[in-house]
Amino acid sequence: MPEKHLSTQFDSELTSVSSQVMEMGGLVESQIRQAIYSLSQFSMEATEQVSANEARVNAMEVEIDHALSSIIARRQPTARDLRLLIAISKTTANLERVGDEAEKIARMVRSIIQSGAPRSLPSLELRVAADLASGLLNKALDAFARLDVNAAVTILKEDDLIDQEFDGFVRKLVTYMMEDPRTISPSLDLLFLAKAIERIGDHSKNIAEFIIYVVKGEDIRHTSMEKIESVVR
Amino acid sequence: MLATPPVIEKTKIAVKDLNFFYGKFHALKGINLEIPEKKVTAFIGPSGCGKSTLLRIFNRMFELYPEQRAEGQILLDGEDLLTSKEDVALLRAKVGMVFQKPTPFPMSIYDNIAFGVKLFENLNATDMEERVEWALRKSALWTEVKDKLHQSGSSLSGGQQQRLCIARGIAIKPEVLLLDEPCSALDPISTAKVEELIVELKEDYTVVIVTHNMQQAARCSDYTAYMYLGDLVEFGATEQMFFKPTRKETEDYITGRFG
Repeated sequence: MPEKHLSTQFDSELTSVSSQVMEMGGLVESQIRQAIYSLSQFSMEATEQVSANEARVNAMEVEIDHALSSIIARRQPTARDLRLLIAISKTTANLERVGDEAEKIARMVRSIIQSGAPRSLPSLELRVAADLASGLLNKALDAFARLDVNAAVTILKEDDLIDQEFDGFVRKLVTYMMEDPRTISPSLDLLFLAKAIERIGDHSKNIAEFIIYVVKGEDIRHTSMEKIESVVR
Repeated sequence: MLATPPVIEKTKIAVKDLNFFYGKFHALKGINLEIPEKKVTAFIGPSGCGKSTLLRIFNRMFELYPEQRAEGQILLDGEDLLTSKEDVALLRAKVGMVFQKPTPFPMSIYDNIAFGVKLFENLNATDMEERVEWALRKSALWTEVKDKLHQSGSSLSGGQQQRLCIARGIAIKPEVLLLDEPCSALDPISTAKVEELIVELKEDYTVVIVTHNMQQAARCSDYTAYMYLGDLVEFGATEQMFFKPTRKETEDYITGRFG
């Protein structure tokens, strides 16, 4: 928000809630990083760190929603301010879900470690996809902080890449499972992992959509890329 | 100046190239807009933007002051009321006005309403009683005053007095009701009652309201016009004006960034 309100108190409330979102985003990002690390190193310790952050992320979502309700009740925001607050509420819900996905990854990795000898499975591709997804979330949060619609459009396009990675990975897993039925159980774990990573991409995409909603006042969810580009232009 | 002219079914008042002067001061600058029939249109804007001035032109209130003059056209159902030879009293019977502060006449509640009706209509006692009851019911005041119709109008509370003024305004069955800051002197409950009333009134009347309270415009109007320094900055459907105004000046004002 470039220009200031007449009420400096309102400005500081908005700034405070925005920085809470960024803090929550930072926490979720570190959850994902730990989850990816646990996946690449099959590290039990890293999976536990992911879970340790979970409670804090959940608490932040509740805190931010409380702050939003209070601002809405006291300030009766309109136009861009109103859109920003709605977008923040939706963004935190998405971040909380990303945290859940990181937790899911950690759980799967734990299960794979406990089942023993998972290293023959193609987890490398998964790490590539996971890096893509976590990079996307990072960009989405960065674009949200700057309310950068052009960056948001780029994110929407990049999410398609992750979806393609996911499809390719699923095909590969099927081949593994057909060749050696003993890989079916760990492959299913990997499939769930891949799904969790793909969902992180989707949540990042949702956040990017809210940026366009705040800045342009257009709800571009479930529309075509042509429509989105015409709104942003 | 209109970035988003709203789609209007039927125009009640069309303002065309309206300029208004207080002596040498140019208070309204080339205003063009169409006020839709049987809808609530709100004018918002900071003090001195010309919104009350515009309202007062709609029933030629300004003619009371010789140094004030209007140029352009204001078409009420297609007829220019600025050049009309019609008696101004008849115009004001069609275009009623309620002011910021309640202005009950120093007479009984009943007579406050009957007084105006007698000027334009010759009703027998029964019809007059019916008319008074109708106006008081319409303005959501009947149950509160029905047992004290012959008490003085000024014995009522501020909110009741304002509803009495609205009852007086609608008793002569106008076509347009102009409300100039009707709630600024009222408490929240009276305000809520008047706002309820405004929404009901649009069933029968075209309502134009000037308000400093933006939330009030957001709550009870169908269309909102934002004015600034004598210009009409933006006019559009209220929902759009408060959610996604087209002009940055409007957004700055309604989000409280106006400095």
